[in-house]
Amino acid sequence: MGQITLQGVQKSFGPVHIIKGADLEIADGSFVVFVGPSGCGKTTLLRLIAGLEDVSGGKILIDGKNVVDTPPAKRGLSMVFQSYALYPHMSVRGNIGFGLKMAGLPKDEINRKVEAAAATLNLTPYLDRKPRELSGGQRQRVAIGRAIVREPKAFLFDEPLSNLDAALRVQMRIEVTRLQKQLGTTAIYVTHDQVEAMTMADKIVVLNGGKIEQYGSPLELYERPANLFVAGFIGSPKMNFVTGEPALQKGAATIGVRPEHLKIERDGGGGWQGTIAVAEHLGSDTFLYVDAGALGMLTARYIGELSLHGGDRVSLMPDPARIHRFDESGNALRG
Amino acid sequence: MATRQTQFLARSLLTPAVGLLFIWMIVPLGLTIYFSTLHYSLLDPGSESFVGLENFRYFLTDPAFLASLQNTLVLVGSVLALTILLGIPLALLMDQPVIGRNFVRLMVIAPFFVMPTVSALVWKNLLMHPVSGLFAWLASLFGLTPIDWFNDVPLFAVILIVTWQWLPFATLILLTALQSLDEEQKEAAEMDGASAVSTFIYITLPHLARPITVVILIETIFLLTVFAEIFVTTGGGPGLQTTNIAFLIYSQALIQFDVGSASAGGLVAVVIANIVAFFLVRIVGRNLEA
Repeated sequence: MGQITLQGVQKSFGPVHIIKGADLEIADGSFVVFVGPSGCGKTTLLRLIAGLEDVSGGKILIDGKNVVDTPPAKRGLSMVFQSYALYPHMSVRGNIGFGLKMAGLPKDEINRKVEAAAATLNLTPYLDRKPRELSGGQRQRVAIGRAIVREPKAFLFDEPLSNLDAALRVQMRIEVTRLQKQLGTTAIYVTHDQVEAMTMADKIVVLNGGKIEQYGSPLELYERPANLFVAGFIGSPKMNFVTGEPALQKGAATIGVRPEHLKIERDGGGGWQGTIAVAEHLGSDTFLYVDAGALGMLTARYIGELSLHGGDRVSLMPDPARIHRFDESGNALRG
Repeated sequence: MATRQTQFLARSLLTPAVGLLFIWMIVPLGLTIYFSTLHYSLLDPGSESFVGLENFRYFLTDPAFLASLQNTLVLVGSVLALTILLGIPLALLMDQPVIGRNFVRLMVIAPFFVMPTVSALVWKNLLMHPVSGLFAWLASLFGLTPIDWFNDVPLFAVILIVTWQWLPFATLILLTALQSLDEEQKEAAEMDGASAVSTFIYITLPHLARPITVVILIETIFLLTVFAEIFVTTGGGPGLQTTNIAFLIYSQALIQFDVGSASAGGLVAVVIANIVAFFLVRIVGRNLEA
């Protein structure tokens, strides 16, 4: 079991409020990603759940029990750190088995569990090596092995893939997701990368300035962002925001259209007119950065190759069903 | 230093310094080797004559040699043990966030800047003096008989003084090492359920292995040649109880005026230092690898 509930959790360092009251319900077995720009408090929130920081107010319930006064080791959680935090003088076996050793398990049981965890992570040939003799991806797996061997109620991941190169990151992303589904253990994962969030999460928590902006499944966030911040943060390339006349016509202060929901026509068509500043041809996609005069810079995405180049005039036609409307304070308008 | 020109330039620029250092080293060494083969007494000038290895035989069979060798090893070993055993807890304390931490650090490091003769005099006259010393006063407060440090436990008294001088060095090195210990590693250990003691044994102490090695090697070099503290406090006595090799060589040359025998002693000391260094590197040097 690993159901985690936050009730009005607050954290301040002196006069600085890092977390301004967070309420969250994390179901057992789900993969939840905390995402947000740097300094939004996502790592702090994770450390509060882990017990590495004390809360300034509110409750953290794990399986219905308030744990705010429980030391980290007794909360039954395990954590994968950004720097991996492997013990440099211990072998892989020692690293993975350290928690079990501290729990006072008999030696042969520790060995059995360590070997089982190593087998799951393809680490068996490296059990007697030191961390410095391993590659980045292998170290990452040792850190994960250290987390799973204790059979925790939940895993906490603190930006674990940020030190890996791009190709390895994609591979580890899939491995971590698959491992979590296989074990069925609750996982909380912190990242600043919205692609990681969208691909790995069952549910995403978008944080900004110490506040939870929205909590929902990846597609919910993509299709129905609650406010301007979420709309701009989720999705790549970023959503286009237009204010002024076109927005007023729709009865909103700001309207947002995703680049993939702009129909691109050669000059003379209806919609928003503009000149292409830069065209990026990726083969699979074409991204156009269009200077649309008073409307500002707009980004448009075309699936496949489109032979348009910098300087060409185009008109962009937003898909009326896919226009997001926001009021003056940035909250989404529905209906 | 990739090209031949830069290599040549580097070598030509280094040559004067290396040459000077070489002369600085080889002239005294050559003279010492030369003197060690002479009968050369300052009380009997003009009577120098070649005596072969007679000086070495005389120095090595002198009962004072074995006694002073033992004193040297006891002094070095005790001071090393004390500075590390006290230095680790002190460094751990100074690593804690307390008010006035910088001031505390400055105070702890201060003894290192006091010259050995001065600190030895302070210890001898203000602290350990059996009549007017602070320790004697403290003992009398509790109705105890004051200890006459330099007569009853002279070697231990010298060890205390030298330890006091070298403790800041050990503490400082260990403190900087502690500060370089990754915070996330300690947190990982905390998540793994390690108590403060286990964290110290399994995480902190292995991390300190290398700085401890550095402290041992550097301190040994200096502790083999402790002289001022002994000269100022006990003068090697009572009897030979605080005479180490360095002090024995001094007394051969400038108390007995036997330059030949002192030179032989100096060469013996070089050999001893090399033997100690050899074993030290064998025992603790592997911590410095990788």
